[in-house]
Amino acid sequence: MTWLSIIIAGILTYFTRMTMIALVSRDMLGNKIKAVLAYVPSAVFPAIIFPAIFINDYGTFIEMNDPKIFGAMVAIVVGYFSRNVIATILSGLISYWIILFF
Amino acid sequence: MFSKKQLLTRGMLDVAPHMLSVIPFGIICGAIGIELGFNPYLVYGMSIIIFGGASQIVFLQLISGGASALIAATSVGVINSRHLLYGAVLSEYLEKLSFIKKLLISYLVVDQGFAESNKFFKKNKKEKYLHYHLIGTGSTLWVCWQISTLAGIILGSFVPEELGLKFAIPLTFIAIIVQDLKKIDHVIVMLACGISSLLFFDAPFKSYIIISPIIALFVAAFILRFKK
Repeated sequence: MTWLSIIIAGILTYFTRMTMIALVSRDMLGNKIKAVLAYVPSAVFPAIIFPAIFINDYGTFIEMNDPKIFGAMVAIVVGYFSRNVIATILSGLISYWIILFF
Repeated sequence: MFSKKQLLTRGMLDVAPHMLSVIPFGIICGAIGIELGFNPYLVYGMSIIIFGGASQIVFLQLISGGASALIAATSVGVINSRHLLYGAVLSEYLEKLSFIKKLLISYLVVDQGFAESNKFFKKNKKEKYLHYHLIGTGSTLWVCWQISTLAGIILGSFVPEELGLKFAIPLTFIAIIVQDLKKIDHVIVMLACGISSLLFFDAPFKSYIIISPIIALFVAAFILRFKK
């Protein structure tokens, strides 16, 4: 039963990946929609970032002094100026650990 | 003009830094499945059949919490529906591929791969074999995801939980969009999405993950109208 639901979940997921690439031709989307689609990264990724920072494992809001907020702020500053993915991730993690462990 | 091989390598290199967050996340994902008491083959099977980190964890948690198979599968579909938006963006660059190639390449579209390939595509629109970049990012993520979830299944959570390595996930995505903070319109769209995701966090089936991008895209449409 669980296997069956994994397969259904897999098919659903594959359809989310494939539909717009294989079944919808670009001409079906108007110029206005294309212009809006340029915002997709900025419109999608904060939905992963914000809850991962501000909501804890139990589904409640974190305190404002939580080390994750500090880590995220350091990562934003380092990322902005360094333009480097590794530096962004490491600076965020390390500053988070410093607050967490000291 | 880049050759196919150059584009493939470039894709692999562009996405490589994100392994810093993908690998620990894969290990956590594999280990959680075993901790919750699932059959190891089943936990690993998900990495091939679903191939979507966060949705795999939610699936396992829902089933072990007693949710029905239907609810678990629906949640996976809803969480992964954001790929529809990635596909809509990528379709411009993959238009010329044959139908079969489109079907095959679709399996490899994931968050970080989409983000890095999309950045490359925007700067190199005229390249003939652009899709090789996407194959490079996607296959690198695929291989690392398989190895890391397997490692988590076999070795258990050998990454100490106290380290809070899950925090690497938002950091990876911060690295992806941080340069767009230069543009005020993008900042507004990001805030619209981020704030909505917190407001709708408790919506059923984890649907905040698609509701908030839709709200943010409406905000983007409004900004575009305002700009003119």
